[in-house]
Amino acid sequence: MSIISLIIKREFIAKVRNKSFIVMTFLSPLLFVGIAAFVGYLSSMKAETKRIAIHDESGLFVKEFIAQNNPKSEYKYLDLSLIDSKFLKDSITNENYEGLLLIPNTTNAADLENKIQFISNSSPSISFIEKVQDIVANKITKTNLVEANLDTLAIRNAQSKVNISLAKASGEQSVKGLNEIKIAIGGGFGYLIMMFIIIYGNMVMRSVIEEKTNRIIEIIISSVKPFQLMIGKIIGTSLAGILQFFIWAIIGLSLMFAASLFFGVNVGPTARVSPELMDQAQHELSGTAQMYIKELWNLPIASILIGFVVYFIGGYFLYSSFYAAIGAAVDNQTDSQQFLLPIIMPLMLSVYVGFFSVINDPHGTLAVVFSMIPLTSPIVMLMRIPFGVPLWQIAISVSLLFATFFSVVWFAAKIYRVGILMYGKKPTWKELYKWLKY
Amino acid sequence: MSTLLEVNKVVKQYGDYVALNEVSLTVPKGSIYGLLGPNGAGKTSLIRIINQITLPDSGEIILDGEKLQPKHVQYIGYLPEERGLYTSMKVGEQCLYLAQMKGLSKAEAKKQLEYWFDRLGIQGWWNKKIQELSKGMAQKIQFVVCVLHKPKLLIFDEPFSGFDPVNANVIKDEILALRDEGATIIFSTHRMESVEELCDHIALIHKSNKLIEGKLDDVKRQFKTNSFEVGIVSENVEGLMYDITQKFTVSPANFKSLGKELKLEIQLGNAMPNELLQVLTQRGQVTHFVEKIPSVNDIFIQTVSEK
Repeated sequence: MSIISLIIKREFIAKVRNKSFIVMTFLSPLLFVGIAAFVGYLSSMKAETKRIAIHDESGLFVKEFIAQNNPKSEYKYLDLSLIDSKFLKDSITNENYEGLLLIPNTTNAADLENKIQFISNSSPSISFIEKVQDIVANKITKTNLVEANLDTLAIRNAQSKVNISLAKASGEQSVKGLNEIKIAIGGGFGYLIMMFIIIYGNMVMRSVIEEKTNRIIEIIISSVKPFQLMIGKIIGTSLAGILQFFIWAIIGLSLMFAASLFFGVNVGPTARVSPELMDQAQHELSGTAQMYIKELWNLPIASILIGFVVYFIGGYFLYSSFYAAIGAAVDNQTDSQQFLLPIIMPLMLSVYVGFFSVINDPHGTLAVVFSMIPLTSPIVMLMRIPFGVPLWQIAISVSLLFATFFSVVWFAAKIYRVGILMYGKKPTWKELYKWLKY
Repeated sequence: MSTLLEVNKVVKQYGDYVALNEVSLTVPKGSIYGLLGPNGAGKTSLIRIINQITLPDSGEIILDGEKLQPKHVQYIGYLPEERGLYTSMKVGEQCLYLAQMKGLSKAEAKKQLEYWFDRLGIQGWWNKKIQELSKGMAQKIQFVVCVLHKPKLLIFDEPFSGFDPVNANVIKDEILALRDEGATIIFSTHRMESVEELCDHIALIHKSNKLIEGKLDDVKRQFKTNSFEVGIVSENVEGLMYDITQKFTVSPANFKSLGKELKLEIQLGNAMPNELLQVLTQRGQVTHFVEKIPSVNDIFIQTVSEK
C-alpha cells in the first residue's frame, strides 16, 4: 500500500471513529428535522385575532372596514363610532383592543389625508398601517371621482394590468420565477461547498494541531514527507466528510418522508373549492408544473454537476491547505483565530456576492469578476452556471482556480513543513513569510 | 571497522542563525555512538537532517555507501526526545500504522510486533489506547515502534528519560542486544554515566561546531593529564610531602576508602608512574594507586567551558 493511501485510511478511520463525529452524524439530521417541524408547527398555529376599534365621526369609512371582517382575517374591526372617543382612548387597555382608529368629523379630503389617527399601546406592524391607509385612500379616491362626476366603472375598465411573459430567443416559453429556482440550485451547491470547507477545513486544522501537540509529528515525518502527510490528511478528512454528508442526506430524506406521512401534509387543493374550479386549477397547475419541470430539464444539469465536482475539489483543497498550514503554524486552537479571519472572509464574501449580485445580474461585471477570483470562484461561479456561462469564462476560472490551488498547496506545504516542528511561540505573519525561505 | 554513516561538512542555517557549521562525523558500523553537547548545540538539527526531516543547506550525508535519499527512511529508526503517539488510537493499530509507514507489510509488521510485545512483556496492551497508559508505558511502545522494522541505524534522543530504573535497565539491555545483532546506534543524551556505560565512540558538538570526535578510549587518552590518585599511610608526612613536591605537583584528593590514609592527587608531568612509586614506597605504605582517567563528564565540562 502506498504511503499516501495508508495515511488517507488512518485519517478517515480516526475521523469516523471519533465519538463527536458519530454523534454529529446522527444527531444533526434529527435536530434539523426537529427545528423544521417546530417552525412548521408554529406557523400553522392560528394567530390570535386582534380587535381594532374604529371611531369614525365622518361615517365615511367604517363600512369599508367592517366589510373586511372575516373569520380568517388576523384583524377584526369594530364600529364604535357612537361611543365617546375619550372614553375609548382610556379603555384600549381594559377592553384589550389592539388599537383605536380615530377618523375626524370632516368630509374635506385634505383634512382626512392627514388627520386620521391610530392609537395603540403596542407599535402596529407596517403592513397593517399600509392596509388601513389603502382602505382610506381608496375610499377617498372613489369619493373624489364621484364628486368630479367621473364614471368609476369606466376608469376601472380603462386601467390595464401588464403581465410580461418570458421567452428565450429559441422560441420556448419560459416560466417566471425560474431565476429564483436557478439561484436556489446554484446557491444551494455554493452554500454546500462553503459549509463543507468550514467544517472539514477546521477538522484538518484540528488534526494537524493534534499531531503537533501529541508530538507524534516528528516520528511520522521521519518516515514520510510532510507533503504526503498533509495531502493524505486533507483527502482522508474530506472522505469522512463526504460520508457524513451522504448519511445526512439519507437520514434527512427518510425523516422528511416519515414526517410527511405522519402529519398527513395536504398536497391537493382544498375541498371547499368547487369541482369545476378544482379541475381547472389542477389543469393550470399541472400545466405550469410541467413547464417548470421542462425548464428544470433544460437547465445545464451536466455542467452544474460537473461544475460542482470540479469547484468542490478545487475549492476544498485550496482552503484546506490553508487550514493545514495554519494548524502547523500554531500550537493550539485559540492561537489560530488571527490566521483564520482571512480565510473566512473570502468565503463569506463569495456567498454575499452570490446572493446579492448574481441574482440581480448573473453576467454583470461584479459577478463575472468574482467568479474568476480563485478564492471566491467555487461559490460564485457555481451560482452563475445555471444561468448559462460561456465556456471560455469557465475555462479561465477553473484554470485560475487550479493554478492557485497548486501554488497554495506548495506554499502551505512549506509552512507546514517548518511549522510542525516549531513549538512554543505564536508565529507572526512575518515569521510565516520567513519560513517560506527555509 | 567500516563506516555506516558519514556526515560531510553539513551546514544548516535558520534565517541568520547557524545551527550547524560544517559538521562532519564518521559513525562506524556496529558502534554505539554518543552524540554529546549542551542544550542548543545543534544535536537535534543534525539528527533531523539524518532523518531527512529537514534538509541541510550544504554538505552531504552518506549512509552505507549511498548518498542519503528518501528510501533510506526504512533503514533508520528514530526515537525523538519529544515523545508522542496518537492518544486516542489503539496501541496495536498505531504500531501497525507506523510500521507500515516504514515500509513493512502488514503481516510482517504484525509478526514483528508480536515478537517485541512478547519480548518486553506487554502482550496485553494491544487493544489499549495510549491515553490509558502511563508515560513510561507509552515510552516502551515508542521504543518498539522505533526498532520494529529492524533498522540498520538507530537514533535515540535521550532514550532513558521517563523510565524508572528497572525499565531504563531493560531498555539499556535491549540497546546492547540490538548492537550485538548488528545495528549501529547513535545515542544523544545528557546523562554522562550512560554514555560512559554504553558508548564506544563519542562526538561533542558545541555552538554548532564539532569539537571532539573519536573512540571513547582515544578521547580519554587525549584528555588524561598523567595524574594519579594516591593513598598512603606514613609516619613522617612532612618528609613525604617534601620528597613529592620536589618532583611533582600535588593537590589533595578525595576518593572513597575505609582507612585513614593520606589522599593525594599527583601530577606526574613527563615522569613515569614507577618514579612516583619509588618515592612513595620509601616513605610509607601505599594503599591506593590509580591513574586518574578523565570521565566523559569531565571532558564535556572542560571542553564546553573552554570555548
